[in-house]
Amino acid sequence: MDIKAKVIDSVGLDRTTTRLAHEIIEHNKGSENIVLLGMRTRGEFLANRIQEKIGAIENKKPELGILDATLYRDDFRTRLKQPEVSVTDISFDLTEKDVILIDDVLYTGRTVRAALDAIMDLGRPNTIQFCVLVDRGHREMPITADYVGKNIPTSINEEVKVKMTEIDNEDAVYLIETEND
Amino acid sequence: MSLSSNHLLGLHEVPKEDIQLILDTAKTFREVLERPIKKVPTLQGKTILNLFYENSTRTRLSFELAEKRLSADTMNFTKSGSSAAKGESFKDTVLNIEAMKVDMIVVRHESAGIPKYLTQISDANIINAGDGRHEHPTQALLDMYSIREKTGKLEGLKVCIVGDIAHSRVALSNIYGLQAMGAHVSVCGPSTMIPWELESLGVKIYNNIDIAMAENDVLNVLRIQLERDAGGLIPSVREYHNYFGITTDRIAENNPDILIMHPGPINRGVELSSEVADGTSQIILNQVTNGVAIRMAVLYLLGTRAE
Repeated sequence: MDIKAKVIDSVGLDRTTTRLAHEIIEHNKGSENIVLLGMRTRGEFLANRIQEKIGAIENKKPELGILDATLYRDDFRTRLKQPEVSVTDISFDLTEKDVILIDDVLYTGRTVRAALDAIMDLGRPNTIQFCVLVDRGHREMPITADYVGKNIPTSINEEVKVKMTEIDNEDAVYLIETEND
Repeated sequence: MSLSSNHLLGLHEVPKEDIQLILDTAKTFREVLERPIKKVPTLQGKTILNLFYENSTRTRLSFELAEKRLSADTMNFTKSGSSAAKGESFKDTVLNIEAMKVDMIVVRHESAGIPKYLTQISDANIINAGDGRHEHPTQALLDMYSIREKTGKLEGLKVCIVGDIAHSRVALSNIYGLQAMGAHVSVCGPSTMIPWELESLGVKIYNNIDIAMAENDVLNVLRIQLERDAGGLIPSVREYHNYFGITTDRIAENNPDILIMHPGPINRGVELSSEVADGTSQIILNQVTNGVAIRMAVLYLLGTRAE
């Protein structure tokens, strides 16, 4: 695995999350009815930061939950490795809320599909909007994001690696070349 | 992380990592059980056979619910009213049902070793739901989960199993599982109900319930199995209650902080007084709820295990 480029650095990541927070508030005409759902693992940290930003702008933090959509995946029969499940942690009702689903990278769209099913089992939100730090293309489902930090066109042999200080000791987004089979 | 085996036949020689994985995974499913829609699509398209040759309420319903909450298709076999009553052999029955294509079999049988035998004649994942006096692994796992949920740990904890140890598959699975997790396990009961070989497993034996209560953090109180001739091992149910029954007075005198567990069904006034069965020291109904989560975890981990 070779690092091809650092596409976002720590200053850039901070600016991008600030912009995403503003876009979310603008589109929803405030933050009154908004709740945030971060997807494990890095979406959770991104959601944390967006929550802080919205709190700073609106003087009130929206509620934040963590969603684990592993049980709703479509690849149990085809995967070579058993995915690890962890706990969904949402302490509020989603009914009639505007749910902002937050993840780090949008790729095939299959994780988002699983997340949508998981959310529908938890309640009936008013809207579900999708916010992502990096959209790398190659969709396999008719899914698109409402808020995109950065579009990074990639080839199949490349990988987008988001690093966040909470678990990776730095804030950055890298473009990585994976080995060809 | 995956389990090291395709089957759950017992907790004997099951590695600590496997038990840890099941307990941690159950926590996820415990959360699913609190949702408005308590169902996830994970085992969609899998067919599970519940093969029950012996009576059961709690375990069978708990497994059935766990299967449904994971969206599996389930079939139930009970001995009465089946062709087993016409004299069909166990092997033929299983092969015939398996020819209908089942992916997993949950089995309860009065003979020890039947789950292991099933692994030799069937390609399905086998889960032991109680075989004779041998093992009942999911009960022990839910007991361990419930203890951990209440006390936050298993390592170093002192757990005493009380009652008819000789006739109990729950006791043996608990001993194996708790010891693997680093707990100290002891047993307490009348001598006629204690197999002395247990000492070779490093299990301390008490014949006095008051001492056992004073020296332990948790009591797992077993049912006196009147239907399995336990009656012949004690002079009377009343005498058993006088010497080994757990009462509020005994708890107050010996160890007010002790945690009382019972796998059910309870004989009120025999192994537990009614006050204790409904009191604040016990977590009996938590055990039942956790049982569904544990069985979901086992079914999930076996049913989605990578080839």
